[in-house]
Amino acid sequence: MDDLDRRLINRLQLGLPLVRYPWQALAAELDSSSAELLDRLHQLLEDGMLTRFGPMFDIERLGGAFTLAALAVPEERFEAVAEQLHALPEVAHNYRREHTWNMWFVLGCTTEQGIAETLQHIETLTGLPLLNLPKEETYHVGLYFPV
Amino acid sequence: MKPGLSPRQALALRRHLEAGLPRVSRPYQALAERIDADENQVLAQMRLWHEQGLFRRVGLVLNHRALGFTANAMLVLDVPDALIDEVGQRLGRAHGINLCYQRPRRLPQWRYNLFCMVHGRQRAQVEAQIQALLEEHLLSDLPHQLLFSTHAFKQCGARFAPSPTGAPTHG
Repeated sequence: MDDLDRRLINRLQLGLPLVRYPWQALAAELDSSSAELLDRLHQLLEDGMLTRFGPMFDIERLGGAFTLAALAVPEERFEAVAEQLHALPEVAHNYRREHTWNMWFVLGCTTEQGIAETLQHIETLTGLPLLNLPKEETYHVGLYFPV
Repeated sequence: MKPGLSPRQALALRRHLEAGLPRVSRPYQALAERIDADENQVLAQMRLWHEQGLFRRVGLVLNHRALGFTANAMLVLDVPDALIDEVGQRLGRAHGINLCYQRPRRLPQWRYNLFCMVHGRQRAQVEAQIQALLEEHLLSDLPHQLLFSTHAFKQCGARFAPSPTGAPTHG
């Protein structure tokens, strides 16, 4: 990755302009050319530095239900429980965090009912009580990683 | 100017966008060809979806770990109910806070009702950044904890979605 790659990533995190020739607009800003920027983008995706380029649809606005949940998993069972969750298609992210509540995961379902059922299923499957922490208010969503 | 896309074309456009935006110099022209529409119609539809908030931007999902952002902290605070909106909005605007949400308390197991995500390259730097932030906003006295993630077991969009999944939003 060189300086142009970095500037391209930082600029694209703010959004590609919604115009006919978006790369021309960006080329002027970044002192490059459309072809060069497209090549760079392609390579960054190929190399796995980026995992997606395109409109980021708000999945909640499109329908669907989500929650953040946590489990306090005994250390000796941690890997096994992680495997159990991994097998569930409703589990979108699962992170180990340093806390008594050490397993944190996001569930996505088409309906609220689906969320309730999945939570119940996880409690039954693991025999562990869980924390269900659905979003009540959004104050900020703006993932930005200056590279 | 032709009228807008038919519902069927709009749906087809959404489906094509699941794979991302075509990486060509005129992406909306390329999409228009695939759904038998013209470039202006596609661009108008995209602008409409954008205005309606269906997507915030045509942007990126970074492999943040591959790019060196391995210190990923969830800051949780116990904010008095009367102050939650004010504190949430203030922290949400603060530099370095990527996500900021209110979530319910679950007493007695869980007392924290404000959740912020901060990503950085080094743990010490993230800790210092958060400490400075809390001091700046006079929030250091509120009960709070920092939960660093040590391992990502699964990182993918929800699979059920009838339409393209967006950036990670942490539920």
